[in-house]
Amino acid sequence: MSLPLKGIRIIDLGVVAAIPYSTMMLADMGAEVIRVETTQVFPNQTRGVLARPSREMVKHWITTSGGYPGRDPGERPWNRYPFFNYMARNKLGMTVDLRKPSGKEVFARLVRISDAIMENNTPSSLERMGITYEWLCGIKPDIVFVRLSSFGQTGPFRDYRAFGLQTESYCGHDLLRRYRDRDPSHNSWAVSSDHAGGLSAAIGCLMALIRRRRTGRGELVDVSMVESFLNDIGHIVMDFTMNGRVQESLGNRDPDAVQGVYRCRGDDRWVAITIATDEHWRGFSDAAGNPPWCDDPRFTTVAGRIRDQDALDPLIESWTLQREHREAAAILQSHGVPAGPVMDDADAYADPHLNARGFFVALSQADCGTHLYPGPACKLSATPIQMRLPPVRLGEHNEYIYKTLLGYSDEEYRALEAEGHIGTDYAAHVP
Amino acid sequence: MDTASQALDGVRVVDLTRHVAGPFCTKLLADYGADVIKIEQPGRGDPARWIGPFAGDIPHPERSGLFLHLNTNKRSLTLNLNCDTGRAILLKLIGSADILVENFRAGTMASLGLDYPRLAMLNPALVMTSISNFGQSGPYRDWRASELVLYAMGHEMWGTGAPDAEPASMANKLNLHLAGQAACAATLCVYFGAQLSGSGQHIDLSIMETLAAAPDRRGVALVAYQYCGDRMRRQPAVQGIDPPPFLNSCADGLFEITVGINRWDDFVRAVGEEWIRDPAFRPPLRERAASERFNRHWVPWCMARTKHELFARFQAGGLPCAPLNTVADLVNDEQLMQREFFVPINHPVAGPITYPGAPFKMKEAPFAIRRPAPTLGQHNAEILGELGYGATDLAALSAAAVI
Repeated sequence: MSLPLKGIRIIDLGVVAAIPYSTMMLADMGAEVIRVETTQVFPNQTRGVLARPSREMVKHWITTSGGYPGRDPGERPWNRYPFFNYMARNKLGMTVDLRKPSGKEVFARLVRISDAIMENNTPSSLERMGITYEWLCGIKPDIVFVRLSSFGQTGPFRDYRAFGLQTESYCGHDLLRRYRDRDPSHNSWAVSSDHAGGLSAAIGCLMALIRRRRTGRGELVDVSMVESFLNDIGHIVMDFTMNGRVQESLGNRDPDAVQGVYRCRGDDRWVAITIATDEHWRGFSDAAGNPPWCDDPRFTTVAGRIRDQDALDPLIESWTLQREHREAAAILQSHGVPAGPVMDDADAYADPHLNARGFFVALSQADCGTHLYPGPACKLSATPIQMRLPPVRLGEHNEYIYKTLLGYSDEEYRALEAEGHIGTDYAAHVP
Repeated sequence: MDTASQALDGVRVVDLTRHVAGPFCTKLLADYGADVIKIEQPGRGDPARWIGPFAGDIPHPERSGLFLHLNTNKRSLTLNLNCDTGRAILLKLIGSADILVENFRAGTMASLGLDYPRLAMLNPALVMTSISNFGQSGPYRDWRASELVLYAMGHEMWGTGAPDAEPASMANKLNLHLAGQAACAATLCVYFGAQLSGSGQHIDLSIMETLAAAPDRRGVALVAYQYCGDRMRRQPAVQGIDPPPFLNSCADGLFEITVGINRWDDFVRAVGEEWIRDPAFRPPLRERAASERFNRHWVPWCMARTKHELFARFQAGGLPCAPLNTVADLVNDEQLMQREFFVPINHPVAGPITYPGAPFKMKEAPFAIRRPAPTLGQHNAEILGELGYGATDLAALSAAAVI
């Protein structure tokens, strides 16, 4: 039995996070995903902030953009960029400059033998190059074209400039996750709308492929990150449409439980605890050795505990402070209380559960060496997901794709190379 | 050719999920055409029916906004799975289903005699998706969890927030919805393969692992840690020295803008006032007095404008800018209205309510609301009728507390 998507070929025109994540998932499941990139323009935030940052520059950048292997951008930084490499496994890579007619001809040949195209550029940018659903259908009538953007492919804001950060603000997430007593600038950046949108794009692509098998027809899928995200907070949206209530940020709290992260012994160590039921409360009390404050009449009911959580929190913390974060969680779990250590990046790699399940996978890539990477989020019983290819390097599979898949001769290949389509390095003029 | 149909027309799903992640997975299938039969515990039903917010703030199992949103287009059958007759009915449904999704505590399906190997003998093409907190194996398999606990253990919580405060959460229940989406994507992949091969599979999806693999920082931070040995940390609030600040107050709330030296001329043009042309404002800023002078103009200028005016003005000038919207802003948002995102749905008990609509649009085979979320056991007679049970059978099943 082969992987579920074996035989499906997907062109990946994705940038930054949402579509690259989406196509990684489909590649894990067996699709042949071909990244189409160019050596002539640097995709900002995709293969780095700059093509060739210096060692000095990246020293103090946050890990997600400055965390090159050994904090060294190396000879080809674009093949060593953590943000890109996380989402680049199991993919093939080619380069072609779609702005030139000869590049568009190469692309058309690839479209002819592909099942789906996935992209998340600003809507007008592909259209300016003449790459539209209609043009694609002319080449491959049953093509599935998945287009993702912040606001969607129609409407007055379709071409507004927004990265993950702007989309988060727009979606309402920045206000919903701020500290309850601080303005939103005190919280970290987040791009959960990329996660939501990327998953929607994969789902849309699969539904279109399922329908194509039944009807023989292609499909245009229009994913708005904002609209995907709003589905993921539907209950908050509906509190407004039902009751006119604009929910405020809950911080780490929950409307139906006493909940928080509490400081533990050690440097910046925390445990997350949720006490939703009387059973949880009894478990907590037993775990803590039944201190007298657990019998305080304010805390004997669910409603009372939620109402007086401000008074309860320091008492809970007086217990957690005496324990290491994993220890506190394990003790509470043994008493049936939902609790878990707040795991930093090092904790995750040391975690016995993730390791027992084989969550991390080792990949060896020529420009990075061998490292562990977070693996797929699910396990399949009959066709386990395999790591077939390490994070794809720029233009790594040009020969195979141009010659074997697209049928270009050696001579034509050399001509396309001379024209600047084919390469493994960004052109010297690229910043 | 059924060109007018929905994408998942003809796909049959048996839905043993409750709460958030599982029901969101099957809602996505149902909203794009699948026939989803939601199996609920007789009497009480899905616990999400008892979680707010409630329509009109009246707690009632048919008025939960959480439940109403997560269960559109499904049919509800109450079934007692702890008795042989109940399980026999379930097995009949599974026999003709394409997909089974469950999110019981790990081990529950096996204890009911409903483990995958047994179901695969009955229906070899069946795709079975198990969503659980920590997965079907491993030392935490039987640990208790909440969304916060899963987020703390799986996601980038430790590196989220301010250095002088506790690690911070995301929006309430967001991560559970993301896990539901991930389960839906995995289910469709495996279904696509099973259609061709005739052999289904069992999917073991751990919510903790969907978060540990999140493209929202965590997956990337884990790679970066391997690469350079640095953990992602909680950072102080970004307060650049150069004007304008990232976060700004205006007439009706907050907006954010990113300018910097590269976009300074665009910014000057977009503001379009005489005072902004002061060369001392151009980054990098050299004197504190210039910053104070800038703010004397900038703050009242912003306060005289709404976040949507500013959004439109700066976007027209090519600057990345966004309002910090509230849900109230979004429900009245011009873009979302023009795309007809929100959908009105009338429910027999909860009444007419506006819901979030399609998470993505399909040109030929669109998202559609065929029916609101079911009332508890609403489709008992219909579904059992399809299995060949008559009215007298139904009365007997009801009397025996099977349905």
